[in-house]
Amino acid sequence: MLDDFFTRALVAGIGIAIITGPLGCLVIWRRLSYFGDTLAHSALLGVTLAYAFSLNIAFSVFVISAVIALLLLNLQKRTRLAGDSLLGLLAHSTLAIGLVLMGFLSSIRFDIMGLLFGDILAVTLQDIALVWIGGFIILGILYFIWKSLFSATVNYDLASAEGMKPNIYNMIFTLLLAGVIALSIKMIGTLLITGLLIIPAAASRNITNNPTQMVFVAILIGILSVTIGLFTSLELNTSSGPSIIVIAIILFIISLIPLELRGKLQK
Amino acid sequence: MSKDNLLVSLENAGIYKSPKWLIRGVSLEVKNGQIVTLIGPNGSGKTTTAKMVLNILEPDEGSLKRYTNKIAYVPQKINIDWTMPLRVLDFMRLTNNLSNNEIIESLNQTGVEKLFKEQIHGLSGGEFQRVLLARAIAKKPELLVLDEPVQGVDFNGEIDLYNIIKNISANLNCGILLVSHDLHFVMSATDHVVCLNGHICCSGKPSSVIKDKAYIELFGEHRSKTLTYYQHDHDHTHASDGSVSS
Repeated sequence: MLDDFFTRALVAGIGIAIITGPLGCLVIWRRLSYFGDTLAHSALLGVTLAYAFSLNIAFSVFVISAVIALLLLNLQKRTRLAGDSLLGLLAHSTLAIGLVLMGFLSSIRFDIMGLLFGDILAVTLQDIALVWIGGFIILGILYFIWKSLFSATVNYDLASAEGMKPNIYNMIFTLLLAGVIALSIKMIGTLLITGLLIIPAAASRNITNNPTQMVFVAILIGILSVTIGLFTSLELNTSSGPSIIVIAIILFIISLIPLELRGKLQK
Repeated sequence: MSKDNLLVSLENAGIYKSPKWLIRGVSLEVKNGQIVTLIGPNGSGKTTTAKMVLNILEPDEGSLKRYTNKIAYVPQKINIDWTMPLRVLDFMRLTNNLSNNEIIESLNQTGVEKLFKEQIHGLSGGEFQRVLLARAIAKKPELLVLDEPVQGVDFNGEIDLYNIIKNISANLNCGILLVSHDLHFVMSATDHVVCLNGHICCSGKPSSVIKDKAYIELFGEHRSKTLTYYQHDHDHTHASDGSVSS
């Protein structure tokens, strides 16, 4: 069954949607959308280094993302520049360094479009294994640290005062985020991964009223986006990554309807 | 109350935030069953001191010793925005696993059991304050730190909440560190008062603090005297929704 490229894409995509659901919720609760974007930009540098030293791409992207995350924490202690300025600084400098380095590797042919937008239809069996095993580990860790992480998301001081050790768990969360980006870079691409993190979670917020519900509905919307997106791309011969995001945003627009209706009913 | 019941002590502690000391030279203790209050003008370091006791801020000089881990905190300000869908019952379980019954029981104590399934961001300031207090009580803490717990609560509600706080200290036999502006409550119901203004101006039993020159200077002669022994007579009580019960 997995011989078929389309089935492989579907299995990998659904795997990614299951991981991005809960992490995406945390990203929007913590106002980290741009942070996810920065990590994704820095992934280009990771990919370049992977080619240069023949490393595994996912591994290399994970390491670079983790380094960027730690750099950010360090910069925040040294300067009083606002978080978004520092993120912009890191995102574009790593992107630029990645592109410059790429110039030196003229002997290797790069599929730039594939890097930016991903190529889920080229997914191999190893990729599927990576997504599902990696995803299982990420979600397992997330499950164990959820209470601490969630309480620190609601209020840092309160979590800290009541012994939830938010510092450590924030750090672990950052690494998990780097992990998701590393796992999904090949399939979704650097430019679109933040979309898959944020849009299903945002749509889910519109139609749910508690955190657990929001996480599960976000996963569901992610899976729907991937499935419908892939079928659409097959049918209309459009590129797969962007098609998935387009479906996600259509689902987001649909999720606004109950909100509007409720508003009208209350008036 | 013996000395062995010590829950937390600060010794000569201070926090430096460039270019000045926010607070310096603070020594205080909280014991089981004791209510210690911090008073002082805005910016005098009350919240900073509370955060040192809670170990949210690490003292830049001096030391903190804590003898309990069962701590509950009611912070001065919490913003929970719309992005986070959070019902009162989810919030009650934030750092603790509680059954629905335990949650309702605590909410009942602060008079807001009806809000059980409401969204947190839809609550009024006073309602939220009651939920915060209920959450802290539900943890059955040994040390309870309350930073301005009655802000935004209406007048009768304030008296209600202060009574609840007195009862908590008696029923749970926990130590309470309270930051308050309310001199009546401070003087009538607390065991130890610490008056701050960047350092400890004066401290001791309420009856001795009110005679202290530093205290009178800080709060003005008139206010410090007239408000000292305030009594409030009520021949009926109000539920939180305003209805009268006898």
